[in-house]
Amino acid sequence: MPRRMDIGTVLVIGAGPIVIGQACEFDYSGVQAIKALKEEGYRVVLVNSNPATIMTDPGLADATYIEPITPDFVRMIIARERPKEPSGFALLPTMGGQTALNTALALWRSGFLTEAGVEMIGANAEAIEMAEDRLKFREAMDRIGLESPRSLLVRDMAEAGLALAQIGLPAIIRPSFTLAGTGGGIAYNSDEFRDICAAGLRASPVSEILVEESVLGWKEFEMEVVRDRADNAIIICSIENLDAMGVHTGDSITIAPALTLTDKEYQRMRSASIAVLREIGVETGGSNVQFAVNPRDGRMVVIEMNPRVSRSSALASKATGFPIARIAAKLAIGYTLDELTNDITRTTPASFEPAIDYVVTKIPRFAFEKYKGADPGLTTAMKSVGEVMAIGRTFAESLQKALRGLETGLGGLDEIAIAGLGEGDDRAALMAACARPTPDRLRVVAEALRRGLSVADAHTASGYDPWFLDRILEIVACEAGIRTRGMPSDKQEFHALKAMGFSDARLGTLSGRSEADIRNARQALDIRPIFKRIDTCAGEFRSATPYLYSCYETAALGEIPQSEADPTDRRKVIILGGGPNRIGQGIEFDYCCCHAAFALRDLGIESIMVNCNPETVSTDFDTSDRLYFEPVTLEDVLAIIETEQQKGELLGVIVQFGGQTPLRLAEALTHAGIPLLGTGAEAIGLAEDRERFSQLLDQLGLRQAPSAIARSANEALAAAETLGFPLMLRPSFVLGGRAMEIVEDEAALASYVANAIEVSGASPLLVDRYLRDAIEVDVDALCDGQQVVIAGIMEHIEEAGVHSGDSACSLPAYSLPADVLAELGRQTRMLAEALQVRGLVNIQFAVQGDTIYVLEANPRASRTVPFVAKAIGMPVAAIAAKIMAGARLADLWHPPEPGGHISVKEAVFPFARFPGVDPQLGPEMRSTGEVMGIAADFPTAFLKAQIAAGSALPETGTVFISVKDADKAAAVGIARELLDIGFRVIATGGTCDRLVAAGLAVARVNKVREGRRHIVDEMIDGHVHLVVNTTAGRPSISDSASIRRTALAQSIPYFTTISGAKAAVAAIGALRQGGLEVRPLQSYYPSIMSAENGTAVAQAG
Amino acid sequence: MHNPPAPTGAIAFADGTVFMGTGLGATGLIAGELCFNTAMTGYQEILTDPSYAEQIVTFTFPHIGNVGANPEDEEAASAPARRAAIGAVFRAMPTAPSNWRAVDSLSTWLSRRGIIGLAGVDTRAITLHIREKGMPRAAIAHAPQEGTGGQIDRDALIAFARAWQGLEGKDLTPAVATAAAFRSLDTLWTWQDGHSSRDRAEFHVVVVDFGVKANILRALGAINAHATVVGPAATAAEIRALKPDGLILSNGPGDPAATALVCAPMIRELVEARLPTFGICLGHQILALTFGANTMKMGQGHHGANHPVKDVATGKVEIVSMNHGFAVDRATLPDRLAETHVSLFDGTNCGIRLVDRPAFAVQHHPEASPGPQDSLYLFERFAELMAVCRSAPDY
Repeated sequence: MPRRMDIGTVLVIGAGPIVIGQACEFDYSGVQAIKALKEEGYRVVLVNSNPATIMTDPGLADATYIEPITPDFVRMIIARERPKEPSGFALLPTMGGQTALNTALALWRSGFLTEAGVEMIGANAEAIEMAEDRLKFREAMDRIGLESPRSLLVRDMAEAGLALAQIGLPAIIRPSFTLAGTGGGIAYNSDEFRDICAAGLRASPVSEILVEESVLGWKEFEMEVVRDRADNAIIICSIENLDAMGVHTGDSITIAPALTLTDKEYQRMRSASIAVLREIGVETGGSNVQFAVNPRDGRMVVIEMNPRVSRSSALASKATGFPIARIAAKLAIGYTLDELTNDITRTTPASFEPAIDYVVTKIPRFAFEKYKGADPGLTTAMKSVGEVMAIGRTFAESLQKALRGLETGLGGLDEIAIAGLGEGDDRAALMAACARPTPDRLRVVAEALRRGLSVADAHTASGYDPWFLDRILEIVACEAGIRTRGMPSDKQEFHALKAMGFSDARLGTLSGRSEADIRNARQALDIRPIFKRIDTCAGEFRSATPYLYSCYETAALGEIPQSEADPTDRRKVIILGGGPNRIGQGIEFDYCCCHAAFALRDLGIESIMVNCNPETVSTDFDTSDRLYFEPVTLEDVLAIIETEQQKGELLGVIVQFGGQTPLRLAEALTHAGIPLLGTGAEAIGLAEDRERFSQLLDQLGLRQAPSAIARSANEALAAAETLGFPLMLRPSFVLGGRAMEIVEDEAALASYVANAIEVSGASPLLVDRYLRDAIEVDVDALCDGQQVVIAGIMEHIEEAGVHSGDSACSLPAYSLPADVLAELGRQTRMLAEALQVRGLVNIQFAVQGDTIYVLEANPRASRTVPFVAKAIGMPVAAIAAKIMAGARLADLWHPPEPGGHISVKEAVFPFARFPGVDPQLGPEMRSTGEVMGIAADFPTAFLKAQIAAGSALPETGTVFISVKDADKAAAVGIARELLDIGFRVIATGGTCDRLVAAGLAVARVNKVREGRRHIVDEMIDGHVHLVVNTTAGRPSISDSASIRRTALAQSIPYFTTISGAKAAVAAIGALRQGGLEVRPLQSYYPSIMSAENGTAVAQAG
Repeated sequence: MHNPPAPTGAIAFADGTVFMGTGLGATGLIAGELCFNTAMTGYQEILTDPSYAEQIVTFTFPHIGNVGANPEDEEAASAPARRAAIGAVFRAMPTAPSNWRAVDSLSTWLSRRGIIGLAGVDTRAITLHIREKGMPRAAIAHAPQEGTGGQIDRDALIAFARAWQGLEGKDLTPAVATAAAFRSLDTLWTWQDGHSSRDRAEFHVVVVDFGVKANILRALGAINAHATVVGPAATAAEIRALKPDGLILSNGPGDPAATALVCAPMIRELVEARLPTFGICLGHQILALTFGANTMKMGQGHHGANHPVKDVATGKVEIVSMNHGFAVDRATLPDRLAETHVSLFDGTNCGIRLVDRPAFAVQHHPEASPGPQDSLYLFERFAELMAVCRSAPDY
């Protein structure tokens, strides 16, 4: 069947900001879908509030709406776009995660889609509902004879008793309609069962609980299925979780393909997966079906299915080379699988099941250190912020590659302390540690095996399958041998260790030698990795696509190991990616790396991508000319460079675009004689070394906050004497403000220094005078050695002291005067020239009154680059890449047209996932993602950004205000404005007194410690609609933490800075005026972004 | 310390290529055709499939043996059929098993079964060699330290590979087929019951055993048929005497042209007499040969569990298990043979039916085991055909 001719336009809904559970995998899927639809000649309309995505590049879709993804906004977009399409108008809801599905479903339920003549393609509403509704899903499984975990709905204790008899123990009790499973639990005996049921019935607002058979400890498997409208269905990949049931699959270490199923079991699961898609009615596209299998007898139950592409499908795509989202999009518009080509081989059809001849391991990356007070236990709610994927010929090799690719400082299965050893019962202590699901459990299990725990015991405690435990045991056994006997001198033995995936760094640690020493010894023995291709077919057919991974292989007698790298004789550039997402380094950098690849392609230079993050667009095999799916470590990168240098001309390596990951390698690469493209390692070092940077500022006559350098606790305390409190403390060489802190007194300083110095090792600590009430400014600029152009000056909404990644900001600046802006530009130019920047530079300033302080300069792509690119309509990252490859700004840069609009970026936080964490903003970055609001005026743009970030500002209602003394004057203005537009204002203690004294009609409410009913009671009862709460100092912060937590839990918009609150008041004004409009990005820059032919400057791919 | 053992095993190709590794399973030396299989599960089913007689299987998936071996995952239907694959090549050394169904480790099972194993070689390099140069004549050796002292004579191994005469022109079916007719009422594996047997059945099917996979017999059980398995030399009269409702021409090893010389007359007679007939794999090729098509040797063959096959009539794509090194040359199909299925990988013929007789055949393995169960419906189709012909013998 050819593509559908009755559809002219397809609306794609994106996933919005990066949040835990919804990360850049949906940029990858959206980009693939849009490209696939464009290829077929459809007009594509996109909505996504996330500016850091490739999918929102104006050259990709025909009309790109960077607008909030809510039913209201999507309705406005459809109302604007539907009339332009004389033919059919379709909505593809399966590419944007749960956000897109929910939004589409809400529009369908309201009847709007039918009314507007919009057809859902990919998955229809009935199918989505059946998959998402637990009860309907269970009934569907019953109909096709598949088992689900047994469960019963219970409304009172009598029913609970009956449920116990049927379900047995252990049982999981889930109260209905409570946040994050509050009030539920697992009962192992009948006493616990009674207690938890009673508590659950109380906790549930509808007095209803689900009593469910426990499948904790069962093995968890996933099947990635693709189906077309002719009912052809294929399995792309099976995935086995190392972590047993009970840990969210996003937080589990997973392996592809499944390794512990016999064919009979695998085929049973395969047939069941396809039956599930048929019964649910997913007509076309990719879905994910999850199963639990009892390891004792093989009993299999269906857990759930996602009727859309997912994180797992991104992983499966990267693991097999089968582009699920691209194919799913083509199936949605009418093709069948046999009509589509396998894009990797380009000779075989897409209707086959990928066969792989390697092992893929995914390890999630966590950020618990950013969320003080959060329980680092892993549960059924996802908490990881990123993931690494590694490919090896064996499980051991892929596992060890993944561990070093995580970039958490591991060389492999590094040793880890286990509590309770030497206290009498070591076996019990080891088992207890293995039983606790934490981010480090893999290493804990390895450590336990190292300390003699049996595989059987480790299996009992951890639920890891013995097969994997045996392999881990083999690794630790090898480690023990190296520890006692040192590195082998025999080539074959050395080679065997490398083939098990041991990094040079780990071998160094084990043998007491340096990584460089091991590398030299290895190369002296001529032991080098070779590269094999990911080709979807285990070598059965020739692959046209250089999608590569490294391994150590043996050769036929008299031959050398067979490498399939096959480097070309072209001029080439290697782009180093950012590795796994983490707080402070995420999709923004992947966006920049992708743009580097696009720019190089434009210049006719071969682009070679190195990255290990399966969620990304950069690891799509068609983003760059060649893709190495490898850890971004020195060892792995050097091997790739060596291979690529065998033929053609390597112009250099780009380290500027992937965040801190590649920057860390700059010096070592330079040392190894590898040319870096763009700004040199020397300048990077200069900017990162705060002492040398301070000297540079002095030379240039630029001002810095009074500061000192400390290398010890005593030096820090001495500096505090001179500078005075409050102080801002920051270690060198960190991204995302890790361990940055504002301290108000000597005690806080002392406790910080005790911990922070080890964060950055030997690097010094910068102690700054904290600039209170200063406005922070971010400037992104480009420099080609002759000219510096300012791409964007962003004024932060939150004051200096809140991490720039966590601040909202406005472009252009919304309050700074023209002379300050001009001076900011002048200082930026001076610094860019002084740092000899070739490419991008980001400079952060603080403006206090009319004094400008330089906070820091980063001669690299910054987090704000994609936002700037979208706000000004220039492909900033691509231009930077071209400059680095030798092009001139004069030929590339056109001063942006004044678009008559203002763009606001707002950060998005994961606090709701971490009960017990204070959502107070500070110098350590904690946001996971960002949204953009665009409008003609600042209040409206800020309002849109708030809506996009999920903060529903009220038009009316009650505002609670509680501010620190320094903010009380400002609070008067805020309260007055709110009262004037009809809000009721309540306040505690001092704030109330001050507001009343100013003549405002404000009601007093108790602080929490003043007794009940207090402010939190009011909030829980829904009487508060907006919270303004600023704090000074630690005691006040902990006092008010419960207010912020409650605001979060009750979804009450809250602002923890005065500047934020002022912006919110302005936004509420805009909200009350009504008349919010939506506009595609392309309409702001008609001359450089032609939506008609898609040949915009920022064209992707 | 990980001490890579000195080579105790090797495989040599007739072109002089030699890979040294670690031997496992049976010891000794044997020559055959080297193929690769891309299936990621089902190694025991593969190694017990009699179609692999005189073949050495390279597994492209690196970790083979994880789930051990068990008596249920056996495909040999009779004692002679246990002469299936003669050698197996692995990337990683098979490990201790981890699966509730496992009874033995793969290594132990290989020894007992007389299959020579070789581990620790670059199986992808071998696969690419086969892809580019075709399936080579090869010799595999396992010389353990104890006994032979781990000595492997490379040149002798190459010479041994060269001396083996290849599969072309060879009728291997007598070696792997049952010596005496037997009956089967077995049915397909289920999680609850494993393999079970029927007490009685609706249909009676004669299976001509060219090296039949046990799962074909079990799939017959699942369509309410009991099977009488007869050897490849059975005559039409002998088969007719059994009063069957249908005839299965089974899978099997070797060159179909050689086998067809023996059994084409029997097949022609029964098919012309309108006995419902279903050919599988070698049986498919022999049916085609019987009615005038030619077969040819393939370069790398089809060995895997992920192959797409299109049903020409419905347009539906089935993902199937494949195992064949010869194919029916579609250009030679006579008018009486209509093409029903084609491979979407390379367009080769994968199914035929007689336009004027109740007979059809497929190149792939609808009985699965290992592999997807997408084509099990063909057995249903066969049952329907038998039912129709029973009520209307002139169909």
